[in-house]
Amino acid sequence: MGRRVLLIEDEPNIIEAISFILSKDGWTVHTHADGETAVDRVRDGAPDLLILDVMLPGRSGFDILRELREGDAPDLPILMLTARGQQRDRDMAEQLGATRFMTKPFSNSEVLETVRALAGP
Amino acid sequence: MISFNLLIVVSLAYVAFLFLVAFAAERRAKRDRGRWLRNPLVYTLSLSIYCTAWTFYGAVGYAARSGFEYLTIYLGPTIIMIGWWWILRKLVRIGKTQRITSVADLISSRFGKSTVLGVLVTVLAVVGTTPYIALQLQSVTQSLAVFAAEPGSGWDGRDFDSAAVWIAVGLAVFTLIFGTRNLDVNERHHGVVMAVAVEAVVKLFALVAVGVFVVWGMAGGVGEMLDRIDAAVIAEWHPVPHRWVGLIFLSAAAFLTLPRMFQVMVVENSDEKHLVTASWAFPLYVLIMSLFVVPIAVTGLDLLPEGSNPDLFVLTIPLTTGNEGLAILSFLGGFSSATSMVIVATIALATMVSNHIIAPIWLSSTQQGAALSGDVRGVIVLSRRLSIAMILMLGYLYFRLSGGGAALAAIGLISFAGVVQVLPAMIAGIFWRGANRIGAGTGIVIGFAIWAWTLFLPSFGPGAVLSEAVMAEGPFGLAWLRPYALFGITGLDPVIHAVFWSVFFNTVALVMLSVLTFPNPMERLQGAQFVNVFEHSAGARTWSQGAARAEDLLIMAQRIIGHGEAQEMFRQEARAQGIHGYLPEVTPELIGRLERTLAGSVGAATAHAMVGQLTGSAAVSVEDLIAVADETAQIVEYSNQLEAKSAEQERTARALREANEKLTAISIQKDAFLSQISHELRTPMTSIRSFSEILREGEIEPEARSRFAGIIHEEATRLTRLLDDLLDLSYLENGQVQLDVARGSLASVLDRAVMAAGLSAGRLVLNRDSTREAVQIETDLQRLTQVFINLISNAAKYCDAAQPELTIRVLDDGDLCQVDFIDNGTPLDADAQVLIFEKFSRLADESKAGGAGLGLAICRQIMDSLGGEITYLPGQGGPAFRVTLRRAAQLAAQ
Repeated sequence: MGRRVLLIEDEPNIIEAISFILSKDGWTVHTHADGETAVDRVRDGAPDLLILDVMLPGRSGFDILRELREGDAPDLPILMLTARGQQRDRDMAEQLGATRFMTKPFSNSEVLETVRALAGP
Repeated sequence: MISFNLLIVVSLAYVAFLFLVAFAAERRAKRDRGRWLRNPLVYTLSLSIYCTAWTFYGAVGYAARSGFEYLTIYLGPTIIMIGWWWILRKLVRIGKTQRITSVADLISSRFGKSTVLGVLVTVLAVVGTTPYIALQLQSVTQSLAVFAAEPGSGWDGRDFDSAAVWIAVGLAVFTLIFGTRNLDVNERHHGVVMAVAVEAVVKLFALVAVGVFVVWGMAGGVGEMLDRIDAAVIAEWHPVPHRWVGLIFLSAAAFLTLPRMFQVMVVENSDEKHLVTASWAFPLYVLIMSLFVVPIAVTGLDLLPEGSNPDLFVLTIPLTTGNEGLAILSFLGGFSSATSMVIVATIALATMVSNHIIAPIWLSSTQQGAALSGDVRGVIVLSRRLSIAMILMLGYLYFRLSGGGAALAAIGLISFAGVVQVLPAMIAGIFWRGANRIGAGTGIVIGFAIWAWTLFLPSFGPGAVLSEAVMAEGPFGLAWLRPYALFGITGLDPVIHAVFWSVFFNTVALVMLSVLTFPNPMERLQGAQFVNVFEHSAGARTWSQGAARAEDLLIMAQRIIGHGEAQEMFRQEARAQGIHGYLPEVTPELIGRLERTLAGSVGAATAHAMVGQLTGSAAVSVEDLIAVADETAQIVEYSNQLEAKSAEQERTARALREANEKLTAISIQKDAFLSQISHELRTPMTSIRSFSEILREGEIEPEARSRFAGIIHEEATRLTRLLDDLLDLSYLENGQVQLDVARGSLASVLDRAVMAAGLSAGRLVLNRDSTREAVQIETDLQRLTQVFINLISNAAKYCDAAQPELTIRVLDDGDLCQVDFIDNGTPLDADAQVLIFEKFSRLADESKAGGAGLGLAICRQIMDSLGGEITYLPGQGGPAFRVTLRRAAQLAAQ
């Protein structure tokens, strides 16, 4: 398969966990921890799927989502993955055009299935 | 031979004539066509009530007894009239601008509307004037007696008594009718004034007629008359200087202060300019009055038998010579003199008694403050009428009880001397602002007492009121208090003696007490108004009626009550008057209604002042202004209260708003806090869950397995620490922390902290000064250690220098001890310096932090509990924190 997933996340242990799960399933995982340069990273990397955290150093994940939807990546499948699981955040993500919204802690298989569903061949 | 009936018929006819004159004058005044009523000659003639029966008959008697001394009685008023510019003009101006109604009102008003002074002057006036009224009654009965003495007149003694009663009743009727017909605010009585003027002509004509008869009819010409005078005893009289000076002063003073004179001179004055005419016309009048006095006296002394009453020469000469017509004319002259005096004096006194005694008592007894309702007018008319009746009754009683005769004849000057006690207060009141009511009142009381003691009481004759012993040796043997020789000064005429001492002490008391005591504000204002009356008033205004003024009133009303309402009111008034449009005739009813309407909007006093200004009926008095100020003060007070209320509501609203904002902020903070906690808890749990699932899946290399287990352990520890911190912070914030206070050295606390911070060897260099750290402190050492650990580990974590160094600097400042932690990393910017102490604030990369950002928040809470503080210390070249603590345990109030 070798399809590319870009993970924007600042928590090293979570990065490691997701990378492990997806790599094992055959995805090519790129990671990026900084919010400010995230949009550029998406543009340059042209991933098949984006997993986006909300609370990032430098810039909010919602902001990044909005910019991507308004500009370079209107159709890119984006999975919002956040520790903030309130309804307000869910609504916000939906409104801004997130493809999926998942809260931490997550089930590994759920993440994997979602990634497959969104960016599968 | 003049029969009783003839005399009665003539008298009645004369009285009827006077009624007609008065009625006509009133009617003309009412229709406002009587311009001739406001003639300066009428004014001058009305002043002639100064010449009463006492002067009409008495002057001749006076001349027969004391030669030319009778002239002093005329010289005083003459001086006042000629010098009108100084005193009279001022009195008249004040009377107009202040709407003065009597002498009592003048004094009371000048001295701060003093009720006591008003009553005092009223009593003084009544006491001084009643005998004078009695004297007039006596003169009429005496003149009747002259006719009765003629043989065959058919009269008996009883007739005189009844005559006196009927005269008194007749005068009462006249005065009641014309004295209270219209209650003008100005207290003007056109009918009375006109009748008095007519009577002035009659008495002048009568006296001149007798004089002409005497000079040309009897003596045969002026030359012969002068020869006769030279031959008579009168020519041998020499003037006594002190008596002349004293009597001229007395008559001048009385001319100003007699209630009846004040009435005609000031109150009834309709135009200040009349004074100019009167200033020469009145002296001319009294000159003519006095011209034939000596010839008549000389003739009487020659003609009539020894022992004849010289006071009645004016009557007896024509009768003896058989000129009955002339005798009747002379009788009418005397009658006129008497009646005009009584009428005016009664009106003047009744005004005082009613305004200063009866009305205040009635008003205070009915609890009705302001005279606004219609029935007050009725009450005032009633009280005025009662006063008139009472005063005439008093006069009549005095006449009956004193038994007539010689005692009464002397009362003229005595009466003058009593009334003159008002003079110092009057003169000081209009010329000296410093005069005050205590001085004036005391002066009047003292003067009045001295007058009563030295003149009035002795006048009843020895033994009547004061015993002969008192008269001769003084009371209780105190010779210096002898009524006719105060302080042992003898040889003075009793009248002069009394006038001198009473006026002297009166004036001294007035001046001394005015200097020694302080006037109240009202007195100051009134004093200024009176003394500077010419600066405050622009001459007497005259009434002018017409459409223009109705227009003025309408404009004013519109400004105050609004166009619609004002025009509606004026249109109604106009329609009621049968006028089309909305400019009605300016009637008293219109003015009254307007004033009441305006009063509803701006207050009674202001309304009165405004309407008064426009109608020009009266200048605005100080009292008006004070009342206006009172109203304004009330309005200001009211609006202040409203303002205070609204300010209070504003404050309450602001407090509520602030509380609400605070609650909202707290709620937002709480949400943010929960959200943060959620995030902080979920993050480690995410790793734990994820890796534990991976491990459960199996098929993992042992190396990775071990690594993942290590991550799970690390995150679990992190989670535990976070929960500990949260609980700690919660306890600290709620003040539930139990402090464990102990003594120890700062150095040992720092040592423990450095150890606990677990610095990786060689990574962070510590600079410490052990000598300075040797400070004993008493506090919760565990908690303090916790703070230090935080600061040291923060420096270790976040210092971004190549060679990280942390300097720990101790400053021992007596009670306080400062411990600074300064590293050589990048200093915090201004925002961060504040933010750093907030919960969950992490400035640097989370990966380096390893904590939830609660450290400094907890430190701050701990330092609060320990009674110290932790602050960021700017300007140290790197991040720097200062911990300030008390050396002795002095914990913050929990």
